Amino acid sequence: MIRVENLVRKFGDFTAVDHISFQVGQGEIFAFLGPNGAGKTTTIKMLTTLLRPTSGTLQIDGLDPAAHPHEVRKRFGIVFQDPSLDQDMTAYENMELHGVFYHVPRKLRVERIELLLRLFELWERRNEQVKLFSGGMKRRLEIARGLLHTPKIVFLDEPTLGLDPQTRNQLWSHVKKLNQTEGVTVFLTTHYMDEADRVAQRIAIIDHGKIVAQGSPQELKQQTGKDSLEEAFLAFTGSTIRDESANVSHDQLKAMARMWGNRR
Amino acid sequence: MSVIYVLWLRELRRYVRSRAQIVASLGQPLLYLLALGFGLGPVFQKAGQGSYVQFVAPGIIAMTVLFSSIFSGMGLLWDRQFGFLKETLVAPVPRIQVMLGRTLGGATVAVIQGLLVAVVAFVAGFRAVDLRSLPLALFFMALIASLFAALGTAIGSTIQNIQGFQLIMNFLVLPIFFLSGALYPLNNLPRVLGLITSIDPLAYGVDGMRTTLIGLSHFGLTADVAVLAVVAAALLGIGSYLFSKIEV
Ligand SMILES: Nc1ncnc2c1ncn2[C@@H]1O[C@H](COP(=O)(O)OP(=O)(O)OP(=O)(O)O)[C@@H](O)[C@H]1O
Ligand SMILES: [Mg+2]
Repeated sequence: MIRVENLVRKFGDFTAVDHISFQVGQGEIFAFLGPNGAGKTTTIKMLTTLLRPTSGTLQIDGLDPAAHPHEVRKRFGIVFQDPSLDQDMTAYENMELHGVFYHVPRKLRVERIELLLRLFELWERRNEQVKLFSGGMKRRLEIARGLLHTPKIVFLDEPTLGLDPQTRNQLWSHVKKLNQTEGVTVFLTTHYMDEADRVAQRIAIIDHGKIVAQGSPQELKQQTGKDSLEEAFLAFTGSTIRDESANVSHDQLKAMARMWGNRR
Repeated sequence: MSVIYVLWLRELRRYVRSRAQIVASLGQPLLYLLALGFGLGPVFQKAGQGSYVQFVAPGIIAMTVLFSSIFSGMGLLWDRQFGFLKETLVAPVPRIQVMLGRTLGGATVAVIQGLLVAVVAFVAGFRAVDLRSLPLALFFMALIASLFAALGTAIGSTIQNIQGFQLIMNFLVLPIFFLSGALYPLNNLPRVLGLITSIDPLAYGVDGMRTTLIGLSHFGLTADVAVLAVVAAALLGIGSYLFSKIEV
């Protein structure tokens, strides 16, 4: 369903994704794990047509996102790591707009919006503007919206960021159900190793833009001789905190250079 | 429901919800209309040019449409900032539809703003000479609005952060306005200024408004419509192209 070979993405002379290769099978739940700044979101952006690869090949359902963006977009749904709601619109309007974007027929749209807003306990506040919501409520709405249509592949980039345990459980059981009943392929990232352990069938660990390990949660634990996925993860990626501040001034310069186009 | 329609509706909803902003954005045209209209009125009259309110009102209406449409096009910058842009960019809809929906929505809002200022101008004593030409004046407002909403979208697709906004304001929007002849007659301008004016699309918009509203023409109606339509079509094309190339 997803096939990535020798994928590279550079920002200026910094290599964020460095010759990675992996495959995700149809109907699989795949977790893409890695420390902050490892290159997870950058990879997802390339898979979802938001960013062009510097080199390497990519296939979603047999199609190259750079060559057939429209066809590829029909095949996936995504929950972004960063906010992507329209703050001036109500929760309901955000859902409705998404439904129209993804050509969900009216009757089904109305049903599913109610179902999902109830599931994530937003139904009572559906007519409030999103900017009045708490952080967690916004996050829940992002997820509900991402699940409104039933695509072949769902990308979930740290979906549980900032969510309470109740909602996290709710989310993962829903995702598992979708996977089992509709055969939806799931590509997820998370920093909660227990979630990945519980939900994912296969895992790839990326660090500094390179894939350092791949396999089932069981295999990763065996390879490192650890009992928990968290320990295995630390064994693969080391325990030093990723220092992104060293990049800050560099990033700011790049941001300024990007102000005027230069959209590679 | 089509994508163009829902995005158009989104712009209108946002407009209606931002009451404070509506009032704020009407403040400037009102100030121009009243301060200039009554302040410069006596001088203008002495120079034998008739009523200044009468002369300047079409220009101020055009100005309102200019600012409102170009800023709504650049609303893209805010959508980028708040992240909503990503949602529209990964959706399986042709980007040209997204671009058209937003641009037409912004243009509609701009025309509404222009009409509000027209009402105020009427209260301040402005009178159109021939009521039959009002639909034509509205048509000119729509042309100006589409042209600059498309320009706004093109700019919003190119610059990636809010700091660029001030630059655009000072080096593009204000010159477009001041050189358009919205505030002064275009006859007898110094050669260079006249030349610059003739490449300012808003000048044709103002001229069209003035011709239809008070019967005072500089370029001629045909030239006005032709220039505005061609430039608007070109900018819609350029805007769509740039919009289709956005990465986040
Ligand atoms: N547009 C950009 N311009 C410059 N550098 C970028 C850009 N986007 C990402 N990077 C850099 O690429 C690296 C990978 O970023 P990415 O967002 O993919 O990390 P991530 O694995 O998703 O991390 P996190 O867990 O913190 O979300 C980081 O060092 C980041 O600073
Ligand atoms: Mg990330």
